[in-house]
Amino acid sequence: MATSKPRIKLPAKAAKGEVIQIKTLISHKMESGQRKDKKTGEKIPRQIINKFVCTFKGKEVFSADWHGAISANPYMSFYAVATESGAYEFTWTDDDGSIYTKSAEITVS
Amino acid sequence: MNTTKHSSKLNRREILFSLGAGSMALVTLTMLPGLARADKAAADGEIKKILGGKTAQDGRVTLDVPQIAENGNTVQLEVAVDSPMTEKDYCKAVHVFADGNPVPNVASFHFTPASGKAVAATRMRLAKTQNVIALAEMSDGSIYSTQAAVKVTIGGCGG
Repeated sequence: MATSKPRIKLPAKAAKGEVIQIKTLISHKMESGQRKDKKTGEKIPRQIINKFVCTFKGKEVFSADWHGAISANPYMSFYAVATESGAYEFTWTDDDGSIYTKSAEITVS
Repeated sequence: MNTTKHSSKLNRREILFSLGAGSMALVTLTMLPGLARADKAAADGEIKKILGGKTAQDGRVTLDVPQIAENGNTVQLEVAVDSPMTEKDYCKAVHVFADGNPVPNVASFHFTPASGKAVAATRMRLAKTQNVIALAEMSDGSIYSTQAAVKVTIGGCGG
């Protein structure tokens, strides 16, 4: 699903050592694998984003494993310690192997 | 040919139905995947796997979910663990389960000392009224757990 569009919200500036909140959202149907096709009665195969990772300069800050119970257009918020200026990298991994990425800059003073 | 005819009939019925009962009811119906099978035993099994023979203690982890969820498709979920989050002492992970969903696993959140705070929020699907369970794994190997009941008015797609 190439239409998955990630969105990130984090403060543009932070003081050194400050704990900042990072909010993420990505458009994805998150097909749970439990629904049935109304016409054929067959189960619609599962297709979700099963992994979300946030890294800063190559080091993992936060990650999450998602299962079928995560709502469509998954939202995830978490915290990070602002240590230096740089970019946070975000990666979402789809069941079909697709990977969606986005990065967001922060200036730390 | 036959199948095309059949589906067009179905479509007309659906349209009539949605006019009568309101489109919201139709949306709900299409999302119900037959019978929701509660699997509390499966949830217990998954929890045992995480525990690995240890016993979970009470406290330190809090679960913020609504008491009543009108729409089971999006239920707010926030976990918070009381931890200093230093290199020596931090919360490694929080695992969330829903014991009435067809698949009990909801999500696992993995924290690092760089997280600063062991707090994470997302939205989940709940098939019906049930308990949500959170297990927090600390860096010293101890496990804390908590649970909360959520009343679900309209079940989510998950079941």
